[in-house]
Amino acid sequence: MMLRAILLTIFGLAFIISGMTDSQGLNVGEKAEDFSLANVDDKLISLDSYKNAKGYIVIFTCNNCPYAKAYQKRIAELHNEYATIGFPVIAINTSDSKEDIKARAKDEKYPFVYLYDKTQEVTKSYGATNTPHVYILKKDKTVAYIGAIDNNYKDAKAADKRYVKDAVDALLANKEVTTTNTKAIGCSIKWKAN
Amino acid sequence: MKRCFAMKGGYIMRYIFVFIFHLHVLMSFGQQVDVIKSEQLFQMVENCEYKDKIQVYNFWATWCAPCIREIPQFESVNELNENVNVTLISLDDVDLLNKKVKPFILKKAIKSKVMLLDETDFNEIISRIDESWSGAIPATLIVDCRSGHKFFYEQEFTEDELIKTIDNLIDSP
Repeated sequence: MMLRAILLTIFGLAFIISGMTDSQGLNVGEKAEDFSLANVDDKLISLDSYKNAKGYIVIFTCNNCPYAKAYQKRIAELHNEYATIGFPVIAINTSDSKEDIKARAKDEKYPFVYLYDKTQEVTKSYGATNTPHVYILKKDKTVAYIGAIDNNYKDAKAADKRYVKDAVDALLANKEVTTTNTKAIGCSIKWKAN
Repeated sequence: MKRCFAMKGGYIMRYIFVFIFHLHVLMSFGQQVDVIKSEQLFQMVENCEYKDKIQVYNFWATWCAPCIREIPQFESVNELNENVNVTLISLDDVDLLNKKVKPFILKKAIKSKVMLLDETDFNEIISRIDESWSGAIPATLIVDCRSGHKFFYEQEFTEDELIKTIDNLIDSP
């Protein structure tokens, strides 16, 4: 009788905990699912498309959020700095139309892929809530970092904590990522009614 | 003749004065916006100004469409429910205070108290406001000043939802 009660409690707790983590998307240390989304050239991109990747800088962003706009240059710089040494930026647009995404990538000459998450399923499964929202994945797709790019949205030069850079540098040097979670003000993701 | 001219000049001066006065009244009609730092915000949250009220802090910005959509709900609660005090905390860039925030307040004739939280590094501030907050806005912190209990909502409120949420709080012991 006692044993049954204990078992029930354990199952109950496990159920509650699994429910909690499910609704919040990915956490640091968990494995990310691969996806297949169309880039601005209509080619399908997945994490496995990058044969030589040592990891991935997945960034959920959008066209019009002032924070996303403030960071678009920094996102390009991250890609330019890290793609060739194994950490490409994979930007996933959370809510704009395909035409607008294509136009933005063209106008701003984005060096990184800018993917269209039509159903928003990838955005939801990762648990992105506000743009720009960064998920750094290790080679085996384990999440190493979730959060902001740095600690000053207004002025990149004034930022004295460059979270994404520090995390990627640590991973490239086979070191532990020291700051694994950060928060920033951002635009809430506009969920499509479906 | 000379006196008459002087009088005319006086009239013109008076007109100009009255005109400037009206212009001044018109321009200052929008409320003053206090620019605050996070420590001031935390102090406000901890030491309720109105001990017998429900204090609502709504985090918003002029660039945030869902925030602007829900502001009328907060305005109406602030005006109609004497047990509630609403403070709208703008997260706009402080450099845009005169260019964006004040004109917005004037245009929408906002009566709830507006403050602008002048910070750029929000990492620790967000979790201190509420552990569950992702940092996305709109977000609302409701403090029951009678008990000190805090309630946090990362969502856009409809008028019904806001009224229900607050009524439940007021009725709770």
